[in-house]
Amino acid sequence: MTVPRFWREIPQRYNLIGSKCGSCGTVDFPPRTICPHCRRKSIGKMEDIKLSGKGEIVSYSIVREAPEGFEIQVPYAMALIKLDDGPTLTAQIVDCELEEVKIGARVEAVFRRIQEESKSGVIYYGYKFQLAMPQVK
Amino acid sequence: MECGIVSYGAYIPRHRISVKEIARIWNEDGDGLSKGLNVIEKSIPGFDEDTATISVAAARNALVRCSVNPKDIGAVYVGSESHPYAVKPTGTILAEAIGATPNSMVADLEFACKAGTAGMQMCMGLVKSGMIKYGLAVGADTSQGAPMDPLEYTASAGGAAFIIGAENVIAKINKTLSFTTDTPDFWRREGQTYPRHGGRFTGEPAYFRHITSCAKMLFEAAGTKPTDYQYAIFHQPNGAFPSKVGKTLGFTPEQLKPGLIVPYIGNTYSGAVPVGLSAVLDVANPGERIFVVSYGSGAGSDGFDITVTDEILKLRRDAAPSVKQYVDRKKNVDYAIYAKMRGKIRMAGE
Ligand SMILES: [Zn+2]
Repeated sequence: MTVPRFWREIPQRYNLIGSKCGSCGTVDFPPRTICPHCRRKSIGKMEDIKLSGKGEIVSYSIVREAPEGFEIQVPYAMALIKLDDGPTLTAQIVDCELEEVKIGARVEAVFRRIQEESKSGVIYYGYKFQLAMPQVK
Repeated sequence: MECGIVSYGAYIPRHRISVKEIARIWNEDGDGLSKGLNVIEKSIPGFDEDTATISVAAARNALVRCSVNPKDIGAVYVGSESHPYAVKPTGTILAEAIGATPNSMVADLEFACKAGTAGMQMCMGLVKSGMIKYGLAVGADTSQGAPMDPLEYTASAGGAAFIIGAENVIAKINKTLSFTTDTPDFWRREGQTYPRHGGRFTGEPAYFRHITSCAKMLFEAAGTKPTDYQYAIFHQPNGAFPSKVGKTLGFTPEQLKPGLIVPYIGNTYSGAVPVGLSAVLDVANPGERIFVVSYGSGAGSDGFDITVTDEILKLRRDAAPSVKQYVDRKKNVDYAIYAKMRGKIRMAGE
């Protein structure tokens, strides 16, 4: 990832800002400039929408062979999460035992370090998810 | 003008290592150390946690409890001695992550363990002068002690955030003042990984002198005495120091206990008094009074005389995890995992 790209994506990475079609109401994450259903009809009607960050695990896998930079964290869980607001996204599930990661489990977004360029480079922050605290259920 | 805390939120990472486990590595008497320090275990930040992520978690907890619009937060101050960047403010990351940008004054503060309370005082000044509607002050740290150093037994991670304002105040700050001198009891030079300290010098002339002096000034300014307060919170580098200073000043262990969190999570440095105050606000009732004195090496103390108001009953305290919930949500690890998590193992190419 480059610094300019990270910087452009800060709203979605930090605050789960998605898009909502003013024509059919579809919510997308990451945000889109044109609605995939309404196409030209949605032009000029797309709005930013802050997603709740709450959702449910629909699928997951346990990563045991990590890509470069993530080796120290293995094993860890990556999950496909269906947000209450509609869209589905992929994120790491943190702060739990791997046995606790289950399909249907309630999760909530947390703000974490995602990656760093190097020891002297920029730190990329963004969303990960944790099993929902009792407040969220 | 009435001014005080409008909302609050704390955050403590999940992992813990016990004093006994650290003592095992260095062939020390774990039970004796644990008892002497009055610390059972300390929190460890996750691989992906730092002062910025802890600040965001605490600030979001404060926001979810109240109805403050983040756009009305006109100042964001993060007090820490472990900011992730040497140059690039943690406050910019925090302000962006809570939606308080771009019309906000932002700065990172450093004053060892009292940078968080210094931020509260700065926000009060800005609110009282009418320059801002709300200010956000955070104290958070992911502190490190060198292996084998006495600080290694306690240096931990955590933090808390306070929204300061003049409307819907849940805890009115009646009075605040500070006591500051040049006392080299603890320091870290630029580029150094671990701090250094003056050993025994950290006790009497530093911690105890500054806290008792500040406390006495505060009693006089507020016209109060220890029995006027339900709670007292002092900086807690370990569990023994605040208990001793509290006793010296005339407070009972019952007044100290609700805000004494260090036995379970260790010393969160800039987060220590803020987490203690959050724990008290988790349980406080209208009309109760809180006495707070922080301490930062170098050295100084900030004192606060606080009265809880009826508004606390309207705050959605249950909407965010309490300090107790975070204390209970834990996973203990051994020294090897701790060393890996804190980057104490030298990898190939390093
Ligand atoms: Zn559409």
